[in-house]
Amino acid sequence: MRLRGLMRKEALQIVRDPSSIAIAFVLPLLLLLIFGYGVSLDAKHVPLGLVVEHPSPQTTSFTASFQQSPYFDPHHFSHIKEAEEALRHGEIKGIVWMRGNFDEQLLSGETAPIGVFVNGVDANTARLVQGYVQGAWTTWLQDYARAQGKALAIPVKLEQRVWFNPGLRSRDYLVPGLIAVIMTLIGALLTALVVAREWERGTMEALMVTPVAIREILIGKLVPYFLLGMGGLLFSVAMAVWMFEVPLRGSLLLLLATSALFLLAALAMGLLISTLAKNQFVAGQAAILATFLPAFILSGFIFDIGSMPKPIQWLTHIIAARYYVAILQTVFLAGNVWSVVLVNALALVVITGIFMGLVRRRTSKRLE
Amino acid sequence: MPTADALLLDRVTKRFRSAKRIICALDQVSARCRHGIVTGLIGPDAAGKTTLMRLVAGLLLPDEGSITVLGMDVAKDSLAVQQALGYMPQRFGLYGDLTVQENLDLYADLQAVPRTERQQRYEELMHMTGLAPFTGRLARDLSGGMKQKLGLACTLVRAPQFLLLDEATVGVDPVSRRELWGIIYRLVEDEGLTVLLSTAYLDEAERCQEVILMHEGKILDQGTPASFSHRLAGRTFQVVAPGANKRKLQEQLIQTKGVMDAIIQAEGVRVVTSKGATLEPEQDLPGWSDATILPVEPRFEDSFIVTLKERTAAPPAARNHAQSQSVSLSDEDVIVVQNVKRRFGSFYAVNGISFRVRRGEVFGLLGANGAGKSTTFRMLCGLLPASEGTLHVAGEDLRRAAAKARARIGYMAQHFSLYADLSVFENLTFFSRAYGLHGQQQRERIAWALDEFELRAYADTTSGQMPLGYKQRLALATALMHSPEILFLDEPTSGVDPLARREFWHRINRLANHGVTLLVTTHFMEEAEYCDRLVIMAQGEILAEGTPEDMKARFRTASRPKPTMEDAFIALLETDGQAVMRG
Amino acid sequence: MWHRIFALVIKEFLALLKDKKSRLVVIVPPLVQLFVFSYAATFDLNEVGYAVFNEDAGMASRDLLARFEGAPSFRLVGYLDHEGQIAPLIDSRKAVMVIRIGPHFTRDLLLKHPAQVQVILDGRNSNTAMVASGYVGTIVTEFSRTWTPTHGFPGAPAALEVRAWFNPALQSRWFIVPGIVGLLTLVVTLLVTALSVAREREAGTFDQLLVTPLRPVEILVGKTVPGMIIGAFEASLIILLAVFWFQVPLRGSLGALYLGLLLFLLSGVGLGLMISSIAVTQQQGLLGAFLVLVPSVVLSGFATPIANMPEFMQNLTHLIPLRYFLIILRGVFLEGADATLLWPQYWPMGVIGITSLAFASWLFRHRLY
Repeated sequence: MRLRGLMRKEALQIVRDPSSIAIAFVLPLLLLLIFGYGVSLDAKHVPLGLVVEHPSPQTTSFTASFQQSPYFDPHHFSHIKEAEEALRHGEIKGIVWMRGNFDEQLLSGETAPIGVFVNGVDANTARLVQGYVQGAWTTWLQDYARAQGKALAIPVKLEQRVWFNPGLRSRDYLVPGLIAVIMTLIGALLTALVVAREWERGTMEALMVTPVAIREILIGKLVPYFLLGMGGLLFSVAMAVWMFEVPLRGSLLLLLATSALFLLAALAMGLLISTLAKNQFVAGQAAILATFLPAFILSGFIFDIGSMPKPIQWLTHIIAARYYVAILQTVFLAGNVWSVVLVNALALVVITGIFMGLVRRRTSKRLE
Repeated sequence: MPTADALLLDRVTKRFRSAKRIICALDQVSARCRHGIVTGLIGPDAAGKTTLMRLVAGLLLPDEGSITVLGMDVAKDSLAVQQALGYMPQRFGLYGDLTVQENLDLYADLQAVPRTERQQRYEELMHMTGLAPFTGRLARDLSGGMKQKLGLACTLVRAPQFLLLDEATVGVDPVSRRELWGIIYRLVEDEGLTVLLSTAYLDEAERCQEVILMHEGKILDQGTPASFSHRLAGRTFQVVAPGANKRKLQEQLIQTKGVMDAIIQAEGVRVVTSKGATLEPEQDLPGWSDATILPVEPRFEDSFIVTLKERTAAPPAARNHAQSQSVSLSDEDVIVVQNVKRRFGSFYAVNGISFRVRRGEVFGLLGANGAGKSTTFRMLCGLLPASEGTLHVAGEDLRRAAAKARARIGYMAQHFSLYADLSVFENLTFFSRAYGLHGQQQRERIAWALDEFELRAYADTTSGQMPLGYKQRLALATALMHSPEILFLDEPTSGVDPLARREFWHRINRLANHGVTLLVTTHFMEEAEYCDRLVIMAQGEILAEGTPEDMKARFRTASRPKPTMEDAFIALLETDGQAVMRG
Repeated sequence: MWHRIFALVIKEFLALLKDKKSRLVVIVPPLVQLFVFSYAATFDLNEVGYAVFNEDAGMASRDLLARFEGAPSFRLVGYLDHEGQIAPLIDSRKAVMVIRIGPHFTRDLLLKHPAQVQVILDGRNSNTAMVASGYVGTIVTEFSRTWTPTHGFPGAPAALEVRAWFNPALQSRWFIVPGIVGLLTLVVTLLVTALSVAREREAGTFDQLLVTPLRPVEILVGKTVPGMIIGAFEASLIILLAVFWFQVPLRGSLGALYLGLLLFLLSGVGLGLMISSIAVTQQQGLLGAFLVLVPSVVLSGFATPIANMPEFMQNLTHLIPLRYFLIILRGVFLEGADATLLWPQYWPMGVIGITSLAFASWLFRHRLY
């Protein structure tokens, strides 16, 4: 009876206070929109300067491959100086330079140099541009060889196959990871704030003095917010699948089960924060610093954990989101790969257990 | 019943660690409360009242000693104790997002009240508290008094045997306060409930069957209120000087040797003398030839103040202010309010009020919660523009020259509102600069404030860490940095203990004697007596205006030959019909 | 007037720095974030696990594989014996990439037939896959180039000479660290200013300020200056660390950088004070700051290029001051840009700053209650 009373109270509060609903549903919507559209690593229509000092059929056949490419937005120059100026002004991101004697060298059987300069400031984009240019060049070489009736000039042909995401759409890998960030926000931030609010408003003191067991207070908090979080999750998954067209190759059931596990961990973190910081301001800041930022940077959501320095890699092991991101990316893109899911789910169980244990120990029915 | 006492405290000690210091909140406290009566816990701030309540409720564990409630040890059986008692903390934890009914349901669930008994209990409680028409309303939309009543109803939902009330009536207007006490005393009589309450209102203490007097974590005394008063037999007097300025009379009396306490009451000044001292008109009151001194019955309040003053042994600011130049009330109006309205949405918080305040007056603004006092105040200070009507302060129209007017007023907000992280000196420096003082003048004013308000010892203390009484002094000091002509005080003594309240009013009187115009809001009715004139507001309108004597005279009846200010206030609101249904 | 503003500024600093908690908020999290971000936020690949399924016994394949083993970007996880081992290895994320060389690799090469190398990549992290594929391409091309002349292949008719300007080694850190200067400066100025009025409102001191003869403009200036000084201090600290600890070259003029910083701080403080004058409680202030920060981080081009976003998002980014400041930071640090080149970045920040401050001051006056 006590437990039911507590849960009903919590449910009514959620319904009456629009801010909880907002955090559970509007926040995911906003974040998914901002991230889903704003974060993209797929360079498309990169402004590229094509410097052809002496146009000829050969140079045209080479530049034609850039014209058709969706990756580039070619700008034409006839002097390298102009192109360099444009690069310096940020109008173009890279230059492909065919010198005046390109034809002569090509026909004479020498290797004709093609200059490729990229703006290296954004190293990632620069590398992608280099890769694309290289690809365009290889294709052109093959076409050229075929047109000349000669054997292919490159001895080794590279054949690439990308599993799970053949189009290499960055959205397909970012959106599942984003769900982990959103679940962290709903779980940890929301619970941290609502419990801190009870302390601030003095309702906690009134609860404590009734014959309610501490276990009942905790469960009474967890269950409604767990359900709210799962609602937010379903909403996010639906948006990912239908709006962002991310394939869901694994089973929805497995996704829900592991998400439930992670949500418990996040709720436990939120409860722990709020029992340590009994006002909303500190709890909010702590929740952002201790759960949101790590979930963002150290979870493998955007940045590859394997490439981080060793000490930071060790640090990521205590971050629950890390395991959840691995599960999400796998279940969405690869399917039910048990070797990934089980190991990471086990880690989540351990982390949830530790946090729940800490919460249980830190909360007592005394005001000290 | 296993033991004769409902509550037994045996050498209870409780310490708190704060930053580097250890604070002893309760020091070897032993006390008992009898069954079926109301015991009051009285003492100044930081006496340890709330700590004691929380210990009894099992929310804290004592460091030493034992607490037995209804025969059960609180430390061992806290759940069992919590099932038997009801506890209403200072701010009762109502859920604002839930309706009255839902709050009741929640606490009924938590207290495991059987479903079959609920309906009847709810009806009783709703009838008792008068909340029956509001069961569907959200708790956050209730007025302050109704919130407290709902809190009480939630505490009583499973008829506790022992009720703890921690300052349950702070900030509640007199009407609601009376109703709350009516409910509690009825329960004590009808159901044999045992009550332990703490309060800052000494008239409430006087109504308790037994009183425990606490100070700095120790129990000073315990007994019936009458037994406290009896000790002062023959030492309490009423000094009346017809037609004279009561404030000046009081100022003189408080500086007289052998006078322990002097406060303005009714037409004169109430005086408590020290043991063996006498009070002779010719000797002690030169220049007040027509003053008469009549012996009066001692009250609990007198003995409370005297006991504490003997304890603290700090002489009241009794330095002689000989320069007290005589400023008589002039006829010049320094505040003129004409037909002022203030609308929030479609709701009129202030609905067409007019009044005038003369230079050198102490002018009071009285009213229940939500009567429009604060809104009026904020408009006068230039914090809020009026929707209609004109406001003139110190000769300036607030609509046109608000900044100019602001340079000539001082303002002290209801809650301590100075920079809590800054030291006393830094606060004074900042506000003196903000008022445009600098150089020699600034140094002089700061030195004056530190001396006048006895803050020198605290100059480098972080102001948030000072006792409430000192915070209040600092707030008053900053409001006076630029020697304003008019001083606005918004509920200046709310939550302050009686001792500090006295000292505060003593300072206010001195200011008034120096010609500063004072505008005060308060809901302590005895403080209304300090005002020269006052208005009583309800629902954004002025119900009555006049001197305290006028007000009381209006409600003098055969059954009530000597009405107090509180009687007059309540009678006025009741005659105003639906004004009782506070907005 | 200046006396009063000076007093306000002093008070603002005292209130901020005397409280242990807010002192910590200003100093510690930015430094922790600087180090964690700088080391963790990288798109460079480092020791990416790969496995080899080599069915060829010849020297050519060994030669090629030796190049992979020598590359710091890759880390060999193991050799596979049959095809069935590939899928579990990639599925379980033990390797991101498998290099498969067919049985006739060396033979084909010696016969001057084009030989094939297959690379299988885990696309779950599409960026890692893409960058890794670029590295593999470079290694294989390099191998081809050395193989061609010595083994009688016809020379390629044309070859790429690739060079990266400004950041020849293409280190992500050179891109991220200057960005962090802007990001953390924004975080600190927003936190300091967005909560300042709300905190005073909650403590009741704002009323106390308003009843003094201080004018709203003076209060506004009194709140702007401390935010800018703290932001400038924070930015300078991070710039020093960027240059001396992270060894990012600072090629342009400090004058151009600090002009940008000044305008950026103006816009940051303006946004903060605007939030502050709207928010009634500190919690609302915090939420407001959060609502400004998240889009700023995501849409400013801090981690991912603005050019990759859809058109309508790109238009939205023009409202974000951090966008302009990031271009200035990276321009001055790496490209050696000067003030004239950066003019298109300066004026929008100035406009945002002045508009938001004007709006904040209007709100100050009209939202006193």
